[in-house]
Amino acid sequence: MSMKNSVEVKNISFSYGKTEILNDLSLDIKEGEFMVLLGPSGCGKTTLLNCIAGLLDLTDGQIWIEDDNVTWKEPKDRHIGMVFQSYALYPSMTVEKNLSFGLRMMGTAKDLINQKIKKAANLLQINELLKRKPSQLSGGQRQRVAIGRALVRDAKVFLFDEPLSNLDAKLRAELRYEIKKLHRDLSNTMIYVTHDQIEAMTLADRISVMKDGLIQQLDTPKQIYNKPANLFVAGFIGSPSMNFLNAKFEKSNQNIIVGNKQIDISKYENINKLINDQEVVFGIRPENINIEKNENSIQCKVELVEPMGADTLVWTSVEGNPISIRLEGSSNFNLNDEINISFDINKSSIFDTKSEERI
Amino acid sequence: MSTIPKGPRPKHLTVGRIGLYCFIIMCALFFLMPLYVMIITSLKDMDEIRAANILNLPKELSFYAWPKAWSQACTGFVCEGLKPGFFNSIKITVPSVIVSVALSALNGYALAFWRFKGAYFFFGLCMFGAFIPYQVMVYPLLKIEDFLGIYSSLPGIILVHTIFGMPILTLIFRNFYASLPIDLFKAARIDGGNFIKIFFYVIIPMSTPITIVAVILQVTGIWNDFLLGLVFAGRDNQPMTVQLNNIVQVDYGVAEYNVDMSATILTSLVPLFVYFISGRWFVRGIAAGAIKG
Repeated sequence: MSMKNSVEVKNISFSYGKTEILNDLSLDIKEGEFMVLLGPSGCGKTTLLNCIAGLLDLTDGQIWIEDDNVTWKEPKDRHIGMVFQSYALYPSMTVEKNLSFGLRMMGTAKDLINQKIKKAANLLQINELLKRKPSQLSGGQRQRVAIGRALVRDAKVFLFDEPLSNLDAKLRAELRYEIKKLHRDLSNTMIYVTHDQIEAMTLADRISVMKDGLIQQLDTPKQIYNKPANLFVAGFIGSPSMNFLNAKFEKSNQNIIVGNKQIDISKYENINKLINDQEVVFGIRPENINIEKNENSIQCKVELVEPMGADTLVWTSVEGNPISIRLEGSSNFNLNDEINISFDINKSSIFDTKSEERI
Repeated sequence: MSTIPKGPRPKHLTVGRIGLYCFIIMCALFFLMPLYVMIITSLKDMDEIRAANILNLPKELSFYAWPKAWSQACTGFVCEGLKPGFFNSIKITVPSVIVSVALSALNGYALAFWRFKGAYFFFGLCMFGAFIPYQVMVYPLLKIEDFLGIYSSLPGIILVHTIFGMPILTLIFRNFYASLPIDLFKAARIDGGNFIKIFFYVIIPMSTPITIVAVILQVTGIWNDFLLGLVFAGRDNQPMTVQLNNIVQVDYGVAEYNVDMSATILTSLVPLFVYFISGRWFVRGIAAGAIKG
């Protein structure tokens, strides 16, 4: 990945009539980067992608692709290829015709078209499907063809609009792997919209978490997982999601108070930034809770056990707040067992209750 | 291993069912009655028609009414039967259907996919146009065509049918296209299609069912039209319906009911034929448009 920007979104705004979807949003995507736009439905991620593709006209701002101001250029002149959730294959054309449609529209020579189709078909293993119609393909095959359609056009930037959402779980994992491999081999810039955090975590070089048309956090998957910028990101990323406890900070003994319980957070990285009596939300991921007895542990009861194969999820509660703990698959707990839990403080996150920002 | 069902198999023929069938059969007979009367009357000679009940079957078949209706019956002062009208109707219907369906498909496509400013207003206008009784527009249109010098001519009547067909056809096409996935259109734009290319390469190949519906509506509508043909076609291009009327409405001489009946059946054969061969497509096309939008 170079330091050069491939796609630059500069202060763009977009609204449908009076409803504002995006407001003054900026985003730089580096050459060869895999950028994932992640967020719940209605957050504006697909709108942003459509704006980059030129399928929607901006109300304000600019879009640059490969050092070229494409704000008012037609989609076909933006060096992009796009893959849609609904596959969007032309139903009346064979796979081959689907793949070649873009090239034929540009008036590319026949030999060159065949050559490019061959290459793309090999890469995606759809050689045997070339003569078939889309209706004769399975969902996974259709999406491969759709990706192939973007491939043959030699797009500089690939846009994916929730491409795996219509597939079943097994196929989704398979194609996710293929897309990752494709990015490794082609090293094109890719922008990928999804609401699936697993896809985002596994594919992205950087994730931009969005909500209400605003980018909440833009960082590597690791950073976003371990150091979520605010409560929304913390709750949205991770499955099962992060546990939250409402608490109050006590400066004198560096504790937070949750109901009647005290938790020592002296090991927290930014403890200096906390002020006495500050209302906070203490967040801890299920895998950062240990079952062990020490001077800082809290006693509670097992309320539910969810064995998931590779690991087991044990549910308990602290002062009425449900807490999930991720343990090894081999661990054995029964309902109503007494357990002592302790939190891995340097892996926790503490948020200010009012601003919801991470401290 | 097969499982054996317990208890008696439920009866298919219940009292309710029998009642239902009786009702349906009676309805069918009721609606078939006029057709029955028309066919048997056209096969009787005049003496028998005058003598017997209209529901009686003919004592001996006489076919002379049919060729007479086709090529000898008098329409006004000319006695050439319906034949010229038939060919006039073809000359009017074929171009009108082709032009109106093609233009409406293009309109519907533009309204569904290229949402220009004011598209909704235009759509509303179409809606409005589809429901205005056309008698209101006959006189102004007549003046316009007179001004253009095409009044009372073949192009004149074709233009009128095209204009009157377009609002409803545009609506039908727009609704069909609005039910197609918009992603398809987006993909075609990224693939480099422009307005016309996308229409020809992507949209038209997907329009078969709705085009069939549009063609059926137009063929039957234009073929059955009487008023517009009478007003706009001119004496040389009178459609079959107008000539049928001239045959049936005799001012002098004897009314030949058998000739009238066979002429009527002949005139309605084209729409009947269209319905019979395309009924399946018609239902499918209507349903396809009805899924969404």
